[in-house]
Amino acid sequence: MTAVWARYLGQAAAYAAFVGTVGLLAPGPTYQHLAPDLATIKLSLRHAGELVADCHERTAAELTALPPNMRAPKVCPRERSPLQLELRLDEERVYSETLPPRGLRRDGRVSVYRRLSVPAGDVRVAVKLKDDVRADGFQFERTGTVTLTPAEVLVIDFDEQAGGFVFRTATQAARLAAPAG
Amino acid sequence: MLTSLQRGLRRLEAVFNVAFGAAWNPWYQLGALGFFCFWLATVTGIYLFIFFDTSILGAYASVQRITDVQWYLGGVMRSLHRYASGAMVITVTLHLAREFVLGRFRHVRAFSWISGVPLLWLMFAAGIGGYWLVWDGLAQYIAVATSEWIGWLPVFGDGLARNFLTNSALSDRFFSLLVFLHIAIPLFLLLGMFIHIKRIKLARSTPARGLMVGTLTALVALSLLRPAASMAPADLTFTVARVDLDWLFLNVYPLLDTLGPGPVWGLLGGITAGLVVLPWVWPARAAERALDLPAVVDPANCNGCSWCFKDCPYEAITMIPHSYKADLRQAVVDPDLCTACGICEGSCPSATPFRHVEELVSGIEMPGYPLDRLRQETAQALAGTDTRAVFVFGCDRGLDITALAAPGVKVVSLPCIGMLPPSFVDYVARQANVSGVMVTGCHPAECFFRKGSEWTQQRFSGERMPHLRTSAGKNKVRIHWAGPHERVALKAAIESFREELEAVSA
Repeated sequence: MTAVWARYLGQAAAYAAFVGTVGLLAPGPTYQHLAPDLATIKLSLRHAGELVADCHERTAAELTALPPNMRAPKVCPRERSPLQLELRLDEERVYSETLPPRGLRRDGRVSVYRRLSVPAGDVRVAVKLKDDVRADGFQFERTGTVTLTPAEVLVIDFDEQAGGFVFRTATQAARLAAPAG
Repeated sequence: MLTSLQRGLRRLEAVFNVAFGAAWNPWYQLGALGFFCFWLATVTGIYLFIFFDTSILGAYASVQRITDVQWYLGGVMRSLHRYASGAMVITVTLHLAREFVLGRFRHVRAFSWISGVPLLWLMFAAGIGGYWLVWDGLAQYIAVATSEWIGWLPVFGDGLARNFLTNSALSDRFFSLLVFLHIAIPLFLLLGMFIHIKRIKLARSTPARGLMVGTLTALVALSLLRPAASMAPADLTFTVARVDLDWLFLNVYPLLDTLGPGPVWGLLGGITAGLVVLPWVWPARAAERALDLPAVVDPANCNGCSWCFKDCPYEAITMIPHSYKADLRQAVVDPDLCTACGICEGSCPSATPFRHVEELVSGIEMPGYPLDRLRQETAQALAGTDTRAVFVFGCDRGLDITALAAPGVKVVSLPCIGMLPPSFVDYVARQANVSGVMVTGCHPAECFFRKGSEWTQQRFSGERMPHLRTSAGKNKVRIHWAGPHERVALKAAIESFREELEAVSA
């Protein structure tokens, strides 16, 4: 027959092992998600391309061929252009993709999100966007040199009202947060 | 492979039986411990919610206030909330692994097995959602990684991750949604847990009191020794490079870094699909299949007493009007629910060896192990030349008693000890060459067929029909439960019983 104290000792050991496992793993060993000398670039935008064709006025013959309740004088296509997006870092193309518009009628906005890890320090960023199949070249472009500290995030966003691409970093955020003057 | 895993598990359980006793053995109540941890997390979560600020700017500060200012209660509650959740992951994972190793996932058990699979997703979703609410570095890491992970699915798209692009992109409204999810998902988990045990008669969802006290004490001690703490507040202008990961809940996140979201979806989807189809693709052993034939009712011998109906642990038996005996009922077995445990056979009043019939047939019979076979095996065991032997009835799922057969020890092993009609014990106890009857089987807390040992104990103590009545005297009958690796203890119990019997007869 096992002694009572030995049984209690066994129970204590079992409980200790159980909660020890919980205590060891719950706030567990630290995980290195990003190497200490790296920074992050997030390229993200939400944008609708230009329409693939102009609206056109219906001719009299076309209007006559339609039922009376459907005789709209102007027809506008809904389909939008795909977005062609390109990112270069220090002159090297690191991302290039053509993104079709969303939706069954291909008339939706495109959302993009790409995360890249880059060495901290100065990086020359060039980002281009083509959003009109009827035009040549890229309609939006921005280049600039950004200094990134380790783990800092450079967000490359697109704000049409601001005229195109926007670079956001912690330094910029701190500057914006600082009181004026 | 399963057989060696089973052996290892049973050895481990035997060690725990020594320390905890069978009634408190945590291995026998892992599912109930999972419930207990869930309730602990719920109660502590409700307390934390009272003081929690559900805004993006106030959340972190409110958690810090709870942790630091009210460390003696709020801080302990927070730690207990985290650790009880982690403990639930461990108990549930062990529960799943144990049921698999013991082969308890096929046939009628498939419902509980399959209904448990979505609970795993809900449990992890509930835990991961909870970490977001602190809105510290860990929450930021999880939020970004999760949005990228879920955003990989075409139905969500890249737009999801834009919510965590900059600090200004986050809104209180979005944070309120997270709070709502952290309440809603555990509620769905609770509903799922209810469904999970719904088809189990007298399901055990509360562990033994001593085990609850011990577990709670241990978790509180852990909360005091290692209080849960937050990382620095979330700041989306920086990536969280080093993170204090909860490896119980968040173990999938490092895989996202190494494999990418698509393969991780594939891996988790594959594991889920594998668990769901397991009952059909992992065959039972031939010996189990031979016995696994559902019970059959013999209307000629069924008097409609309904004892089998009351005893069936799987609710496989219903009572209907008797097919030809007026004013009587008879049992009907649903083969889809029957596990072929034979507990019904043990409860049948017509299952008695005292009947003078050519072939012994009871009102409800197990085709894999008919009552007549039990009579024959008992007769064979009695036929030896031993005098004053101890006769042992045991069960195939507990300790293998056939190895105990020796001069002075006669043995008969049944598929489940609940299959043993008490009248057989009476019959054997009356034999001149038997000094006493020892009945053994799985521990009641861990009967393979759930209630075989417990019902047997109750039949012997007169709490459940059919009662054990024996003119030989109840001191000639002894119960000693023994797990598969408790041979030494059972042998000692037999010897001690023999000595007692000899002392009485002397």
